[in-house]
Amino acid sequence: MRTYEVAFIAVPTLTPEELDAFIAQMQSVIEGRNGRVVKVDNWGKKSLAYKIKKFRDGYYVILTIEADGAIVAELERRFRVADHVIRFLSIRIDEDLKRAEKMKIARQRKAGSKPAPAALQIDESEDVMPPATPLDQPTIERS
Amino acid sequence: MPAPKRFSVKRKRVCKFCAEKINYIDFKDGKLLSHFIPERGKILPRRISGVCSVHQRQLSEAIKRARHMAILPFVAD
Repeated sequence: MRTYEVAFIAVPTLTPEELDAFIAQMQSVIEGRNGRVVKVDNWGKKSLAYKIKKFRDGYYVILTIEADGAIVAELERRFRVADHVIRFLSIRIDEDLKRAEKMKIARQRKAGSKPAPAALQIDESEDVMPPATPLDQPTIERS
Repeated sequence: MPAPKRFSVKRKRVCKFCAEKINYIDFKDGKLLSHFIPERGKILPRRISGVCSVHQRQLSEAIKRARHMAILPFVAD
């Protein structure tokens, strides 16, 4: 199972009830195939940055789902068929989130093990550039 | 008085994303991405913005996704 973010824009002529019905339909598609809907993010009507099919605004909906590729393919097929979906985008986010998490942990470890380096003393008489990063300096142990 | 240094402008450019500890650049955050979109709607080069290479790559991907979803314009004038 992978985590995907499936976003789509629905036409502004849709009523909120119709939109909710469509979202519910998509949810049942996902759950009927052993997928899991983590989050449904309905932004409501938002203006578009440029015209799409002569529409100036649309309903933004972002589904965060745990599913496999076949489910995403099915959702995309349905988006293509549905007349009231004017744009969609599905991206896989589990690897990106995992990497982000790793970076966060690495940063915490770095912050925890080494206190912030003291400000470098620059000798003004010397006509050399100070090192760009304090990491080049040997760590000074103070007791 | 010491002689003026050749690189007198010591403007430390810090990657905004590193400084703010943003690990994942989300295409949905149009407000954040708009900082890196000049008037014309192009992607700001990192030699100007000072964004590190790792984050610039993530940023450009996010901007392209945002453009597809009409969150950001392809061309603005």
